[in-house]
Amino acid sequence: MALILRQNNAQRLYGLNAEAETLGLRPGMTLPEARAYCPDLILRDADLAADRRLLVALQRWSMRYCPWVGFDGDDGLVLDITGSAGLAGGEAAMLADMQARAAQAGLSLRTGLADTRGAAWALARFAPGIAAPGQGAQALAPLPVAALRLPSDQVTGLQRLGLRRIGDLAVTPRGPLARRFGRGVLDQLDRALGHLPDPVSGQAPPAPLAVRLTLPEPIGLVSDVMAGLERLRERLCALLRARDLGARALVLGLRRVDGAGCELPLHLAAPMRDPARILPLFARTVEGVDAGFGIDQMRLEAVRVEPLAPLQIGSSAAGADRLDALLTRIGSRIGLDNIRRFRPLDSHIPEKSFALVPAASGPAPAPDPAPIRPDRPLTLFPPEPVVARGSTPPLRFRWRGMALTTARASGPERIAPEWWAEDDLGRGLRDYWKVETRQGRRLWMFHTPQRPGWFVQGEFL
Amino acid sequence: MTPTTSLPADLFPLRAGRVHEVTGPAAAAFALIQCHRGARVEGAAMLWVRPSWNAAIAFPQGLAALIAPERLLIAETAQETDTLAVAEEALKDGSLPFVLIQTTRPLNLREGRRLQLAAQAGGTTGLCLTPQDMGSNAAQTRWHCAPVFSAEDSTLMLWELKKNKSGTSGAWHVRWNWQAHRLDVVSPASLRPGGPDLPG
Repeated sequence: MALILRQNNAQRLYGLNAEAETLGLRPGMTLPEARAYCPDLILRDADLAADRRLLVALQRWSMRYCPWVGFDGDDGLVLDITGSAGLAGGEAAMLADMQARAAQAGLSLRTGLADTRGAAWALARFAPGIAAPGQGAQALAPLPVAALRLPSDQVTGLQRLGLRRIGDLAVTPRGPLARRFGRGVLDQLDRALGHLPDPVSGQAPPAPLAVRLTLPEPIGLVSDVMAGLERLRERLCALLRARDLGARALVLGLRRVDGAGCELPLHLAAPMRDPARILPLFARTVEGVDAGFGIDQMRLEAVRVEPLAPLQIGSSAAGADRLDALLTRIGSRIGLDNIRRFRPLDSHIPEKSFALVPAASGPAPAPDPAPIRPDRPLTLFPPEPVVARGSTPPLRFRWRGMALTTARASGPERIAPEWWAEDDLGRGLRDYWKVETRQGRRLWMFHTPQRPGWFVQGEFL
Repeated sequence: MTPTTSLPADLFPLRAGRVHEVTGPAAAAFALIQCHRGARVEGAAMLWVRPSWNAAIAFPQGLAALIAPERLLIAETAQETDTLAVAEEALKDGSLPFVLIQTTRPLNLREGRRLQLAAQAGGTTGLCLTPQDMGSNAAQTRWHCAPVFSAEDSTLMLWELKKNKSGTSGAWHVRWNWQAHRLDVVSPASLRPGGPDLPG
């Protein structure tokens, strides 16, 4: 059995089980090659995200052995067990315990333990075991140079020179080696031997911003759920406040006694952590929940957060808060992205000169001090063709079923297409006219001289 | 053409806490001029609830003459019920001084009344942009607005008050004053046939 991963248009083996390895397969092989070795190979797609999640879970689990656990690439963990080995009964006992517990979970671990991080890495990958204190150099000497965490081209280069083992490298004069391969090789060697520092950055995974409430008796009334929610959100808001964060999206998970559950998402128009204001926003969604035989667990999680500095309480902030709360309520009905505002774009083409962007995506833009243009219409619509000829506005024409007579026209104002962008209309230059009709309508029309035609695109005040 | 009269103060600006209605070819201009007046007073955002399938939209460069485009919030809804629900929510809340509702079918009495009650609760001015002859009976006032051609002016409009729950109806010729950024009412006397400035 093997896992495959698509890389640069080629499907390559990514992970193998023990049996596949004994057949001579190795990671990085292309799929046809592997099939030639083993025609009845079972293949599955690799799921890198799931691998990562497993690694994060293992990292948390590893904290039972020592407080300082870091990631090592995509497939390893590095534990700084300084001072912790004694608690597990010695280094060997700790590794044995680790192996036994992982085996219970169906995992096979390759472990290496040495004075330095580099040496432990090499041992774990090439000769699983323990290097006694001070014996790192001896343990490393018989290992291939690839165990120094070097890029593959440098490994090949070293092998060409006959330097196949770390022991060979360690006794080679350093000057020529540095001239030939740069400092990288020597630095890695020094790290492995402990001459250069190689710290483990043990970043604790951020605790999820979630709180849970388990109930002794199932509840089913909306008011009960809201009361439970009130307790949850106070705890969640305290968590958020402690980290100067505000929630942008919340999920309320409700678990029913029969095991079924539902998740109620809530997207907020602005980062928020005020307990009093979050509760009413959930009211609409909670009412639609089917409680079945009752709900016995509630979980409130802030799935998306944004920095939110403490604000001074003032009247202007209160107005903005009310508006944000209103937009959230509207957004919970029609989707927060459907509440939009204008944003100017850098284009002369009228229909490309602005965009409607979600209003909640950022703060209100600064007022645009653009001059007022009486030569621009108040409303704009997609160009509607009008049957007419000539390059000056037609005297009579029909538009939207109305017979119109031109009384006054001003123009033309030529707007050239943007050659670097696609011309949606495909008609090239446009000569815009303001056409005032005797019937009253004041239209923004344009003529396209390159492919003759007349269009109406807007209406004036 | 001298601006002599003004619109009656009890009609204009539109009475707050009520929902009004406007129709006709210049309905959008009427609505946005109302926004302009609201903007001057409150300094807050406006909401325009519109169906998302409608491709005709305010043009920011032209809109800037009336209100700053970034102060106009636009809620795009997939269906009429959503439009009404959003409008009711916004009217009731009262944090927006002016809500513009673009409807596509006649509202029945219940829907019109709900909007009216919501506007009352929030003290908000609501204005429905309705298609021709598709008004609701619950509206406080109903206006019909059309552009009028005039020989020397490019913004002349005829605003007709077709329905008024608390007063008489009427008709006014108005024009937008680009210099002063305000609405001028053209004296009815000057529009009389044979008068000095007959439009058209």
